[in-house]
Amino acid sequence: MSTKTIEEKQYLVRFKCDTKSHLTIINHDVCNTKCDDKLCTVFCPGEVYKWEGTRMQVGYEGCHECGSCRIACPEQNIKWEYPKGGHGIVFRLA
Amino acid sequence: MSEKFDVIVVGAGPAGTACAYTCAKNGLNVLLIERGEYPGSKNVMGGVLYRKQLEEIIPEFWKEAPLERPVIEQRFWMLDKESVVQFGYKGLEWGQEPYNNFTILRAQFDQWFAKKAVEAGALLINETVVKECLVEDGKVVGVRTDRPDGDLFADVVVLADGVNSLLGKQLGFHKEFRPDEVALTVMEVINLPKDKINDRFNLSENQGCTIEIFGDSTKGNLGTAFLYTNKESLNIGVGTTLSSMTKAKLRPYDLLDHLKTHPMVKPYLEGGESAEYLAHLIPEGGYRSVPKVAGNGVVVVGDAAQLVNAIHREGSNMAMSSGKMAAEAIIQAKNDGDYSESSLNRYREALYDSFIIKDLEKYKDAAHTFEKHPQYFNDYVPMMNQAASKFFTVDGTPKREKQKQIMQSITKEKGRIKVLQDLYRAWKAVK
Repeated sequence: MSTKTIEEKQYLVRFKCDTKSHLTIINHDVCNTKCDDKLCTVFCPGEVYKWEGTRMQVGYEGCHECGSCRIACPEQNIKWEYPKGGHGIVFRLA
Repeated sequence: MSEKFDVIVVGAGPAGTACAYTCAKNGLNVLLIERGEYPGSKNVMGGVLYRKQLEEIIPEFWKEAPLERPVIEQRFWMLDKESVVQFGYKGLEWGQEPYNNFTILRAQFDQWFAKKAVEAGALLINETVVKECLVEDGKVVGVRTDRPDGDLFADVVVLADGVNSLLGKQLGFHKEFRPDEVALTVMEVINLPKDKINDRFNLSENQGCTIEIFGDSTKGNLGTAFLYTNKESLNIGVGTTLSSMTKAKLRPYDLLDHLKTHPMVKPYLEGGESAEYLAHLIPEGGYRSVPKVAGNGVVVVGDAAQLVNAIHREGSNMAMSSGKMAAEAIIQAKNDGDYSESSLNRYREALYDSFIIKDLEKYKDAAHTFEKHPQYFNDYVPMMNQAASKFFTVDGTPKREKQKQIMQSITKEKGRIKVLQDLYRAWKAVK
């Protein structure tokens, strides 16, 4: 079957998760008070960012390491590093 | 490991591996560092590899490399909601040596290419992140990795660390990229039996087809979609500039599903089984976004140097060529015992004298023009579809009258002068 939802898509991907997040919200207050659109919750292709009322939940385990959030966060509020060597997403095909 | 290398290459993608291979082949002591579990595990590409530039590194590579299909047909679609205007080229000469381009799956291909570098004498270390370049007296002298006692030293460090190139940023070679300088692209690999692919795309054994799709595939936003044939799978993907994605508040995977369920696309995928979902950025800033590419003890190659020609979907070939040119400058630098910026600038000169920068220069205004004037994707693609529909529908209207009606409907919507301005602007951007 061809996938229909992001959950189905993410299920196809192999992740070798580190125990520590490679993505850090620098200041949660900035998301709360300065950022109306919270666009990271929209454009992130791995649906890593979820707004939970007062704070940004970061599901780094499903990150494709594309870098979009670091570049497009309007407040430059995301510290973005590579996961530890050998960890993170493992593409098997393309 | 306190051993000093001639060259440390950061990143075992097409650019880094091409550089490592060429240096090792010429007797240099090369360390190739990859952060993934294996080369290719972090890398994504729509799937087209042009033959010429790799052939210059490994002659007749197609006899041994893991390739999917040689592409014998390239189609271009101007997609509207329920229709498409198409053109393309199919030629049997592309199906035989020396070929024009191939579809490939990167996880396999990159491992093969890195193995070639290892066979040539390079040392490959996987699962290792380079955290920063080590700089002494204004000169890059090595790298700091995330391994214990992870400082490694070399005469030259090659930054082949991909589109995000945090190392290039650390050295001040470029600032953070703007959202309009990168394209966010998502794709799926969909398994489908070989016979079905051959039937649906009208192909014979070992023939491939690529389709580039403009218009409704990105809901009129600046970007493209693609559908490529592998041996027993299809790569289908879509991307827009990150700035368009945020402006239109698009979810990239929704855009992908919009494409997959589009009535012009869906029949090709019918019965297919999704095998992998992938997201990546493509550096599409072009000529004006190319950073400094050579410094004291350091060069920048491939995506890290923004070497992508988005209009012609060329990137991996440019990456390989840039890697080779960098290697040649490094070999010369070693002969001279001079790793200064002025010595390594031989690489920059070669790059700027090659098709790579010449092509980027040709299209330097294209992305900016199309981003600033979205009507090309928004308005003109549907107009082309309406015009074609009107012209080819037989309803008793004389053809000359039809032509007149079509011209009138186009100029009525926009005004004759506006249409001429748009045409001139587009021509200027790609001439």
